[in-house]
Amino acid sequence: MTQAIKTPILIDVRGPRFSASLTVIVLAAALATQNVWILFLQFAVFAIGAFKGPQFTPYAWIFKRFVKPRLKGESITEDVRPPQFAQKVGLGFSVVGLIAISAGSISIFTIAVGFALAAAFLNAAFNYCLGCEMYLLALRLRTKN
Amino acid sequence: MKSLVPIVVILAMASAYGFWHRVREGRIQGSKSKAQAITAQMLGSELGSRVTLVQFSSAFCTPCRTTRVLLEQLTKDLDDVKHLHIDAESHLELVRKLHILSTPTTLILDRNGIEVGRAVGAPKRDDVLSAIAAVR
Repeated sequence: MTQAIKTPILIDVRGPRFSASLTVIVLAAALATQNVWILFLQFAVFAIGAFKGPQFTPYAWIFKRFVKPRLKGESITEDVRPPQFAQKVGLGFSVVGLIAISAGSISIFTIAVGFALAAAFLNAAFNYCLGCEMYLLALRLRTKN
Repeated sequence: MKSLVPIVVILAMASAYGFWHRVREGRIQGSKSKAQAITAQMLGSELGSRVTLVQFSSAFCTPCRTTRVLLEQLTKDLDDVKHLHIDAESHLELVRKLHILSTPTTLILDRNGIEVGRAVGAPKRDDVLSAIAAVR
């Protein structure tokens, strides 16, 4: 409840957006090929992002090593918690997708990976904030009674 | 390669939603007069003498920070306008009562605590100023 008092960890806002672009490509490849291993790769990235933090994923490493040095302009920072929340949502969808394809259900696989793809695309293209839209709704549903 | 159809459909739908969302983001919408007054007791703080801006935020929300900075800045020099910042997570009952669905959501209240407008998403500076000016 007193999260606001803690000093938040700040990261470059462009990092999560770059990572979202790579996520779009990988998830689109997973959808197009229906290959379980491509989705597993993205699942592993989501897991690191969700539990350790989005700044520790391989995508973030690529951003820091190759992209950030080439970017001009001031780097604006943001609290790490919103993108970390988005990684958790992505992790959830990728788990459903992995289970579905292992069980042979292409339709559930397509829906689950489709939601993750849509969220990553909205983040990359529109700077969409998943935590803003979903966190409170999820909380309201969870505590309904 | 199995099929590209799902990808095309998903990206088209996400784009349509993204544009729609961007247009609505932060726009201040007038409220219907049926709303019941919000009291100082409900908010846990006194209302402004003419206008109160009640901002609901959550930890997982980047635009909440920019909205908070903007509203604090705007209300700093206005004696009759007050900015209240509320953590939605720890006020779920109020969140339900006021139909707050996402963060940041900012309610604009008049002196009697009647909601006269609300902005869902980060509002623009000029929109907030004209909304404040419009409250009698």
